[in-house]
Amino acid sequence: MTSERLTPSASQVPDPEDRTRLRVEEFRKRRPRLIDEVVTMAHGAGGKSSAALVDHVFVEAFRNPLLEQLGDGALLRLPSGERLVFSTDSFVVQPIDFPGGTIGDLAINGTVNDLAVSGAVPQWISVAFVLEEGFPIDRLRQLAADMRAAADAAGVQIVTGDTKVVPHGSADGLYITTAGVGVVPADRELSPAAVRPGDRLIVSGTIADHGMAVMLARGNLAIEADIESDTAPVNGLVEALLAAAPSTRWMRDATRGGLGTVCNELAQTVGLGVVIDEGLLPIDPTVLGCCDMLGIDPIYVANEGKFVAVVAAEEAEAAVAALRGLPGGAQAAVIGEVIAEPAGIVAMRTPFGGTRIVDMLVGDPLPRIC
Amino acid sequence: MKFVDEFRDPAAARALVKSITELAGDDEFKFMEVCGGHTHTIYRHGIEHLLPANIELVHGPGCPVCVIPMGRIDDAMWLAEQPDVIFTTFGDMMRVPGSRGSLLDAKARGADVRFVYSPLDSVKIAIDNPDQHVVFFAVGFETTVPSTAVTLMRAKALGLTNFSVFSNHVTIVPPMKAILESPDLRLSGFLGPGHVSTVVGTHPYRFVPEVYGKPVVVAGFEPLDILQSVYMLLEQHRDGRCEVENQYARVVRPEGNVAALKLMGQTFQLRPHFEWRGLGFISQSALRVHDDFADFDAEVRFSMPGVRVADPKACQCGEVLKGAIKPWECKVFGTACTPETPIGTCMVSPEGACAAYYNFGRLHRETAQMVGQGAVGQGAGV
Repeated sequence: MTSERLTPSASQVPDPEDRTRLRVEEFRKRRPRLIDEVVTMAHGAGGKSSAALVDHVFVEAFRNPLLEQLGDGALLRLPSGERLVFSTDSFVVQPIDFPGGTIGDLAINGTVNDLAVSGAVPQWISVAFVLEEGFPIDRLRQLAADMRAAADAAGVQIVTGDTKVVPHGSADGLYITTAGVGVVPADRELSPAAVRPGDRLIVSGTIADHGMAVMLARGNLAIEADIESDTAPVNGLVEALLAAAPSTRWMRDATRGGLGTVCNELAQTVGLGVVIDEGLLPIDPTVLGCCDMLGIDPIYVANEGKFVAVVAAEEAEAAVAALRGLPGGAQAAVIGEVIAEPAGIVAMRTPFGGTRIVDMLVGDPLPRIC
Repeated sequence: MKFVDEFRDPAAARALVKSITELAGDDEFKFMEVCGGHTHTIYRHGIEHLLPANIELVHGPGCPVCVIPMGRIDDAMWLAEQPDVIFTTFGDMMRVPGSRGSLLDAKARGADVRFVYSPLDSVKIAIDNPDQHVVFFAVGFETTVPSTAVTLMRAKALGLTNFSVFSNHVTIVPPMKAILESPDLRLSGFLGPGHVSTVVGTHPYRFVPEVYGKPVVVAGFEPLDILQSVYMLLEQHRDGRCEVENQYARVVRPEGNVAALKLMGQTFQLRPHFEWRGLGFISQSALRVHDDFADFDAEVRFSMPGVRVADPKACQCGEVLKGAIKPWECKVFGTACTPETPIGTCMVSPEGACAAYYNFGRLHRETAQMVGQGAVGQGAGV
């Protein structure tokens, strides 16, 4: 097959199964429809329903070129020519304490990581609290300390904030919203347009830890396992990666929806295919065991301290070596590559020698994970 | 994962596929995997494209979510919307469309619908909420009946007055018979259901070779289990044998789980008939709560509408469930009917043939083989 894209329309294809496949692909590329009358949990799950809600309600109302990029953060250009990234995120995780972290450090790391994978050096953070009447002050003090520690670890300052209290029963403990600003170094240029077949996909460490840690912490599964959330800032890892692999074209933190969702966003953004080699995925054996038991695919489970990067093949080895030399990057690995065909699709090569599709996740197996 | 790696060994798979290809020769074979769990494994591991093209795997009716007819979903939603009812269900059932949306929609509109991992969790919810009535939406083949049976026993022992079961349990043999009676399907044999057989054993399938002359191999759920079972079916054809064999002997005993069967007999009894999606009414094919447990039978305690609702016209789930058409042959597959906006049940459950094909299998055979045989850096598929 040549690298030239083959895009016959469905009606030109003789094989009926191929015809259906092409028709489905054409259909998948359409703007997602919003058919629901009320908000459902699926609208918050990060999959197609979320995309439909954002597209039809928020983008519709707020429309502007900066917003329409729909990245993890907005890239803003100052009159001086300097570039900033501005990002925001809300946190509603339940329970608010879980092995490896709390809603406090999660709220800082989440925004730090969105800024970092957008190519910015995170600098300033705002914090807004919605508190439920009756929430213990001691616990709030502890969460604030967690946030301060996370900010120090990431090298950012919490510079402004807001507090609201709602009556007992109107919220579940507390919700936290953070926003952040980071500065993009002058010589840095990340561009999905530069992604080409042969580029390698790198993940910065083990996947699925956060989602499984929170799920088990809820205690309603009769499973006990020693799994900790991976919540951590990735800005140090991102800087190391960019130094070792200046070719880096694209990065995303694999939070809600997990690695599978991020890879689908990549395939659709660049209009190329992505192959993941299942055997190369770094997954903790305990996490994998729990996922298998619960029938959950680890590729869709949330991470809070991991990102995916696309780098040129010749720099992949150096990139992985740089990540492995840092705390939080020991399990970094090349997990796949970009291919020309099938365009827009993420395929998984199973260790068994088979192949399957990895689609966007539908429905939400684990609500309120961040 | 020490426990599964040995069942996913690529070298063993290659050797088995080679033996299968040799044994099949140029003949055409059509094997039905009865169980939705098998369908899931087949697509999840890309087995369809590993097998030679002259061996076709036909997906059967053994997806418990898929076979529940629309009217029963409507009844479930009616129950969920009753005042002071907490309606509990397995997660899969939340997204199954009835004629007025799904349980997920009912939940969004304010009904107290909760998903549980075990029916015993529903009993706990009943204990914690003495002022409300908790209904458990029981679905599944013989695989899940024992856990509902234990739950009924527990509820009775605790003397609960605010707990009942809406039983939609079904049995595996009647739909297999219905498929064997169907004239438009020429099968070469069955991959027998593994999980169901842990409970019922292998004896109930004897009628398949004896009456209908088709071999059965009860199969496990790891990819190598599937390949080995296909190989065993081909061996029966080569040797001119036709019998029930047990590939899943590490779990399934010929007599099944005697204790579970006894418990089922105490808590459930056969219905005279039950409607199956796509297959219509099948006599003695489903279980209702036993008269001795009538206090815990939601169908006794509530006057549900019980209206029979025809499937949407466009939906061909029935044909898919019978193996008469492949998922992609359905007119609405992947366009009007997708996992986000399912019209039929087969697109909802991860064990449904349509969902499995849509989520995992939508690849051209040659593309799949090229990607599967490649490695990072070899430019696979480029």
